Amino acid sequence: MICLPIPDATIVARRTAIVRELRGLVAAGNVIEDDTRLAAYETDALTAYRQRPLAVVLPESVAEVAAILAFAHREGVNVVPRGAGTSLSGGAIPAADGIVVALGKFNRILEIDYANRCVVAQCGVTNLAISQAVAGEGFYYAPDPSSQIACTIGGNVAENSGGVHCLKYGLTTNNVLGVELVTPQGEVVRLGGKHLDSGHYDLLGLTVGSEGLIGIVTEVTVRILKRPQTARALLIGFGGVESAGACVAAIIGSGIIPAGMEMMDKPAIHAAEAFVHVGYPLDVEALLIVELDGPAVEVDYLIERVRAIAGGNAAVSVRVSTSERERLAFWAGRKSAFPAVGRLSPDYYCMDGTIPRRELPRVLRAMVEMQARYGLRVANVFHAGDGNLHPLILYDANVPGETDKAEAFGFEILRLCVDVGGVLTGEHGVGLEKRDLMTYQFNDVDLAIQHRVKHAFDPEVRFNPGKVFPTLRRCAEQGREHVHSGAERFAHLPRF
Amino acid sequence: MTTNVDGAVLRPCDATDVAAILSGRERALEVRGGGSKRGIGRVVEADVLDLGTLCGVVAYEPAELVLTAQAGTPLATIEGLLAANAQRLAFEPPDLGRLLGTEAAQTIGGVLAANLAGSRRVSAGAARDHFLGFHAVTGRGEPFKAGGKVVKNVTGYDLPKLLAGSWGTLAVLTEVTIRVVPAAELDRTLVIAAATPAAGVTLLAAALGSAHDVSAAGFDPARGSLVRLEGFAASVEARTAALCTELRCAPADIIDGAASRRCWHDLGSIAALVDSAVVWRISVPPAEAPAVLQRLRPERYALDWGGGLILAGYSSVDAAHVRGAVASGHATLIKAPPAERLATPAFQPLLPVAAAAAARLKHAFDPRGILNPGRMD
Repeated sequence: MICLPIPDATIVARRTAIVRELRGLVAAGNVIEDDTRLAAYETDALTAYRQRPLAVVLPESVAEVAAILAFAHREGVNVVPRGAGTSLSGGAIPAADGIVVALGKFNRILEIDYANRCVVAQCGVTNLAISQAVAGEGFYYAPDPSSQIACTIGGNVAENSGGVHCLKYGLTTNNVLGVELVTPQGEVVRLGGKHLDSGHYDLLGLTVGSEGLIGIVTEVTVRILKRPQTARALLIGFGGVESAGACVAAIIGSGIIPAGMEMMDKPAIHAAEAFVHVGYPLDVEALLIVELDGPAVEVDYLIERVRAIAGGNAAVSVRVSTSERERLAFWAGRKSAFPAVGRLSPDYYCMDGTIPRRELPRVLRAMVEMQARYGLRVANVFHAGDGNLHPLILYDANVPGETDKAEAFGFEILRLCVDVGGVLTGEHGVGLEKRDLMTYQFNDVDLAIQHRVKHAFDPEVRFNPGKVFPTLRRCAEQGREHVHSGAERFAHLPRF
Repeated sequence: MTTNVDGAVLRPCDATDVAAILSGRERALEVRGGGSKRGIGRVVEADVLDLGTLCGVVAYEPAELVLTAQAGTPLATIEGLLAANAQRLAFEPPDLGRLLGTEAAQTIGGVLAANLAGSRRVSAGAARDHFLGFHAVTGRGEPFKAGGKVVKNVTGYDLPKLLAGSWGTLAVLTEVTIRVVPAAELDRTLVIAAATPAAGVTLLAAALGSAHDVSAAGFDPARGSLVRLEGFAASVEARTAALCTELRCAPADIIDGAASRRCWHDLGSIAALVDSAVVWRISVPPAEAPAVLQRLRPERYALDWGGGLILAGYSSVDAAHVRGAVASGHATLIKAPPAERLATPAFQPLLPVAAAAAARLKHAFDPRGILNPGRMD
């Protein structure tokens, strides 16, 4: 159980006055305080945790955001920024003594600039809408998190979102040219623009992936690329995950960086095939989807090279897409892996560690042992090219204790990721979820320095409190002291 | 402590030594890798912390696309090791030695601390984009780490981004982990005549906006537009034809292999401006380059990054003129006589809110201001 911070009762007691003040800063209808409407903002995609905020405010302009933040700063009110609320790590879960600044009204694309190959969008524009806006000219925005129909570009900046194509095209941070940031004090600053790099400290690079802890991004400039002429995929089955892993290493070792390279284990293959019936082989232990994109000549050439590499690495089946429809069918199973696994079990919990790829067999073997120990099943999908694991732990929240068990299982997997030289999160963010595990990856000095960076922007620690950094606070729900294992390991760590 | 004190040069043997030197220290230090970029930024007059002894590749597994090295490892060592495994650094660190009149060797730590990138910046990103993690020591003498040793990681703030381009003013890098990529089978340059920089930049924009994976795009006033295609030979051949059709042009010259690499090495190392006493590196929105160039009126120039990087040479420093010509973007003084470097902010001064944040970050990492004081002011 992860603790939400105990609210400051003096702030909660001023709720009526705070709401009244906010109604003076934005259109009265853009402040939400009634329980029915607040319920929609209680959680994000980490639905095991819920918290009703003091109020939700929906600004319509940068000036309103600045006024809200200046007010919150002056009055000592906590702030939780929110885009579409699709965070899998609880990054947008409200604070009981804070306001949610929801940016859904920042939904306009401000400029499409083909000469400079970039788009300027307000933060609430969805990831996919950017690609759609430039599709007519054959362009797109490369990072494609799986939630791209809903997630916002502002949220992508906060989380440094990835996607299945980031091995070749990079994460959000590699594709953002500039942002407009409103600081916790309500000051507006532009970082970057349509040019490359920073002439001084890279404050833009620091802002991307800062998980809403140092301000609110209201506008984003992203680079766009011409859509590749062709994309084709291979579907390769293996008798064991070791040979699948060796094949991935051989593909990269031969100088090929595929547009996407996804692995699924047997439980995930079976769940996906039962869900979408696209002809996945059911007699294999691991399945690889390798997608190549670019000029047709190059793609055709590389398809044959990958086919040969697969043959040399004990592949038991190889299918090559011969049409766009077939390519999409290969992906359909992978892309529906989460809901497909969801049919096997009332609930599932998605993890997000990254490991050096060579450690995959060891980590998967350990997971088999853990499944027996926890009495819970796991299906694995894996961004194989960059070592980003997504184990899906199956559980039933209605069985007493099972949610805690799933969480403990997941955290053991993440600790193992760190043990083998990897990290806690490859693309979902630390948020609320992995906050208390940070002491496992980072020592107290590492974390103290991250705190100082936070303080350089938000000295009163009012922005997205209770996220990313371990806290030593009484547990709000249970009303009892709840000390996490991480806190015991580094009891002298300063907590905020 | 095993530090050798050689006059005013401190040579730590490892990160523990670096921490011991910095812990409690009040006097300023010039943080130095190979010293190849000492000519850039305001002159630091202080004892030297020479990191050349922190040398050696710690881990390299080509199939993981990751390399970890001590910060003082020569860039040439790393590039040689990568080349032996048909890999390379995507961001193509430029060699400014000849421009700056030094034969000092670059170190990987210095390359990252300066965040300089060559021509492939426009397609593959800068040093920052390939800087995955590090061990460093703050100005308080605290050893710490950030980032990771895997290519995909969002755990905690992205401090490698902050340290890239901080020129040793925040912390002393001791070990770095970088992403590496496969080397291209074929490197090709198309030279396409263009009468004016405006015509050249328009052509480069069309090339970069095509689906033909143009990896670099420069403009040399003596030759015209330079367009680079890299990759598998069959693909480069096909893209050459497709690009020429799309741009409706016939290249004046097609340069392959080592000659092509030399062409981009020269552009990255600003070879055309080697005789200029003063050189600026100016980043602008690429389509604005022709207009900015008209305002800049340089004595010599070249363009890279599709126009987004203007390399401008003069015989004397006039920062107000140069920075006044740049409506959006930034101008860095790369080369100038020492006296002028003391008088001119080499880095683009930040606007007030960002400047205050930068000052607070500096204080957070180096409260006594002992690391490269004034270098970026």
